[in-house]
Amino acid sequence: MKRAPTWMIWLLPVASGLFFVAIWLGVKKVGGVSDWLLPTPGQILNAAVQERGRLLAAAGNTALGALAGFSLAASGGMLLALCIGISRPLRAAFYPWLLVLQMTPVIVLTPIIVLWAGPGFPGIVTITWLISFFPIVANTTQGLLSADQNHVGLFRMANASSWQELWRLRVPSAMPYYLAGLRIAATLAPIGAIFGEYMVGNASGGSGGLGFLVYVYNTQIKIPALFATALTSCLLGFIFVATVALLNWAVLHKWHDSFERSDH
Amino acid sequence: MTAAPSIVEFREVEKRYGDGPPVLARMNLTLARGDFISLIGPSGCGKSTVLKLVSGLNPPTSGDLTVLGTSPRAARDRQAFIFQDATLLPWLTVQKNTELLMCLRGTEESERRQQAEELLALVGLDKVRAYYPRQLSGGMKMRVSIARALSLAPELLLLDEPFGALDEMSRFRLNEELLALRSRKPFTAMFVTHSVAEAVFLSNRILVMGAHPGRIVAEVAVDFGPERGPNLRAGHAFLDKVNEVTRLLHRVEAAVA
Repeated sequence: MKRAPTWMIWLLPVASGLFFVAIWLGVKKVGGVSDWLLPTPGQILNAAVQERGRLLAAAGNTALGALAGFSLAASGGMLLALCIGISRPLRAAFYPWLLVLQMTPVIVLTPIIVLWAGPGFPGIVTITWLISFFPIVANTTQGLLSADQNHVGLFRMANASSWQELWRLRVPSAMPYYLAGLRIAATLAPIGAIFGEYMVGNASGGSGGLGFLVYVYNTQIKIPALFATALTSCLLGFIFVATVALLNWAVLHKWHDSFERSDH
Repeated sequence: MTAAPSIVEFREVEKRYGDGPPVLARMNLTLARGDFISLIGPSGCGKSTVLKLVSGLNPPTSGDLTVLGTSPRAARDRQAFIFQDATLLPWLTVQKNTELLMCLRGTEESERRQQAEELLALVGLDKVRAYYPRQLSGGMKMRVSIARALSLAPELLLLDEPFGALDEMSRFRLNEELLALRSRKPFTAMFVTHSVAEAVFLSNRILVMGAHPGRIVAEVAVDFGPERGPNLRAGHAFLDKVNEVTRLLHRVEAAVA
């Protein structure tokens, strides 16, 4: 498929964003929607500037929780996938339970998490980990099992040990799958952290993440500040996804077909 | 003339997958040292299965199969397999791909680097050692695959339609290069192909296989000697041999239909 020109990639989102803002302002003007229900973009930016200290500190706290949960999910997910990817009995024994865990809504588990991990940071990290680790495990397991059968034949012909087959074939084969799992997890980790802060973070006496700010601004009916918090959360999520996209590029760009170059 | 020692010996070998019908039935075949045998026949006649049995990737269901005087699995160290797909690892450079089998066998780094460099020079790829497989053409990938297979100096080389996906000119060129490599690093070969001309050009024996079940129905000797160049293809003797094998194939396919 022919790639879109660069100007189109940048200009079209800006144009559609401006179009969206125009509709927003139009709805407010024509429909007479009050500011507390739907503030203007200007009011939101103003609130963001006024609350910037609290927002930045809260974003830092949320980033810390999200990063801790994400790191645990990225490392633990890989380890778990290695265990269940190389052993059929382990896969048969544990994979169904992973699915059960994934199917259980986190909100139901939250009180149990608070009970076990404690409120505040440990609870937030646990919730973030729980939300983000499954796509990593599922993708990486799939990748480990999807090594090219001709490559497997080649390794077996060379009398490669199981260890060599794992490290020199299956793990590199699974790398694009693992990174795809990380990309999904990167979108989920900040959401998990904010949800965790909203649910358990305030119980610690206020560690002050974005989720906690949502709780505070909602109580104070500071609607433009709530929108500004949403905007900050969005930016935080973007930073997470962009970081993983950069990692994905660093690992795969030299050899993977998804980075096909046109210079050869 | 003294008979050369046998490298591969099939005696009444049968292969079935599960409870299915036999893929190969009562297969008898002897491959002598220095032979270049081509297996040719209709799709599904079990040509690739023969190679998989010899390589030890699949066990026979019954019968005796000896490879290099021992069982196929025990003989793996002394044979190499070239697949239809070049099977290069996409995350390794050409150099590292060529070193792969030596690396798996525990060859010392300096030795494998030197050996890979020498082989890549031999197949004309010394300038692209740092490239990744996706930067290579189909023919170049196959050359790397051949270099990798020869890195272990195998006594027996199994080739499963290695040039099937290439255009005609690349295929001709690689046929010639394969014979040139063989004169420098001698090996016995079992070669699966769908191309009659390729089989005639490369082999000293062509085994025509029939299907359902797979079996050898005819053998054609090709006596062009070891020195074979592009001019051979234009000669009458070559074309006569191609016609002879083609007629046999038509007969086999008519029997299957």
